[in-house]
Amino acid sequence: MSWLTDPFRGWKAIYQRELGAYFGQPVAYVFITVFLVALGLFTWEGSRFFDTATVDLAPFFVWHPWLYMIFLPALAMRLWADERAGGTDELLLSLPVEVSGLVTGKLLAAWTVAGAALLFTLPMWVTANYLGSPDNAAIALTYLMSFLMAGSYIAIGAAASALTSRQVTAFVIAVVVAFLFTAAGWPLVLSGIAGLLGAGTAEALSSFSFLTHFAPAQNGVLELRGLIFFLSVIALFASLTGLFAARRRAA
Amino acid sequence: MLSLRALSKSFNGKPAVDRLSLEARPGDVVGFLGPNGAGKSTTMRMVSGVLIPDEGDAEICGHSIIGERVSAQAVLGYLPEGAPLYLDMTPPDFLMFLARARNLPKSERRDRIDKAIADARIANVTGKTIGALSKGYRRRVGLAGAILHDPPVLILDEPTDGLDPNQKRAVRALIARMAKEKTILISTHTLEEVPAMCSRVVIVDKGRIITDSTPDALAEGTSLEAAFRDLTDQSEAEAA
Repeated sequence: MSWLTDPFRGWKAIYQRELGAYFGQPVAYVFITVFLVALGLFTWEGSRFFDTATVDLAPFFVWHPWLYMIFLPALAMRLWADERAGGTDELLLSLPVEVSGLVTGKLLAAWTVAGAALLFTLPMWVTANYLGSPDNAAIALTYLMSFLMAGSYIAIGAAASALTSRQVTAFVIAVVVAFLFTAAGWPLVLSGIAGLLGAGTAEALSSFSFLTHFAPAQNGVLELRGLIFFLSVIALFASLTGLFAARRRAA
Repeated sequence: MLSLRALSKSFNGKPAVDRLSLEARPGDVVGFLGPNGAGKSTTMRMVSGVLIPDEGDAEICGHSIIGERVSAQAVLGYLPEGAPLYLDMTPPDFLMFLARARNLPKSERRDRIDKAIADARIANVTGKTIGALSKGYRRRVGLAGAILHDPPVLILDEPTDGLDPNQKRAVRALIARMAKEKTILISTHTLEEVPAMCSRVVIVDKGRIITDSTPDALAEGTSLEAAFRDLTDQSEAEAA
């Protein structure tokens, strides 16, 4: 029987349950709305979308990592902390499912909500095409990388959530970790580090940054390195989530 | 068929369950009694695969909870202490989640859910979210979840705790209906329930079984409460 050997056994049931929890309560709608408003505000007011001479979505994509850094930990913070607080983790652990299935289902559910938010930004793309003729292949690629990057931020948020029974604690931990992964590639931070520890250290650090790996996509270049980087970050933090969640069993 | 073999668990060096062994067959309704902190819940968590034992093993219908956890959990129904539930779901949604997680055949899910709802007597609250239900109804939703897949072995941690007398009677009746073909382990604080529900009484203290008997034999000539007090007092005196 295939289900006996399925290493992610139970992921679909958890995925459906979590998606229902997001959309059954105001959580997902509030998240999507506030995220879109913030993204719009930064794109128009921060980057002056209409004042740039070129027609592309660069003034829009540049804000993605920074907004994800705050918003996605907020989306992911309930995933595990809520189970602990309500005692339902005991219920989950008594089911014939694998912890890897629980981790995968929860991660994918939050990622789906983030993906839905991203879908609602498509009118930006349409507008750009109305105003001129942007490089649509490049924009599609940037969307793809942005979506992968969102998965990375959610994986960090989920791992933090599995550490504690308090959502606020999970949120703060996740934002701090997400900030480190983001700011490590920020020119402002990099030049400081280069001055203190040398250019080599700065370059090594920046290779762990989401900004560094998102940048080529923003220029329309598909870098396999970046693709592998984001997938690895997701795998790493998903594994950590599994370890943290399974602690309850060994406690 | 349920078999606990020298189950042991310590927390921070303090033994909570100490080489506890127990065998139960279909038709047995074992009342698991003991003072608070005796190790009842810890034992039940180990049997249900929530906690990994330090030593020993438990077999559910021949499946080791350590070596074949998933197969063992598939034939086990477990109601955790306090019956934790997803408060944002309605009872049918919650049961559907369990049916999916347990990978019950798609064609059977609806029927099983309907049967569990009928057996647990929660048909009149299926439209409300679990968060809006009273404690008694929540406990019964938890019970419905435990019996959803018609498991041959049931582990119920204080299924009647906090229920009013009518609700207790309903739960006891449900357990009595299932008793014939299932192996059931029930922990409880309420001694007067034991003769009404259980065919066997196991008293635990400090993680060990100090008595394994029938309610009648235990209460012979005296009340069950006095017998329980004597037995647990004795072990307290020994420890002192």
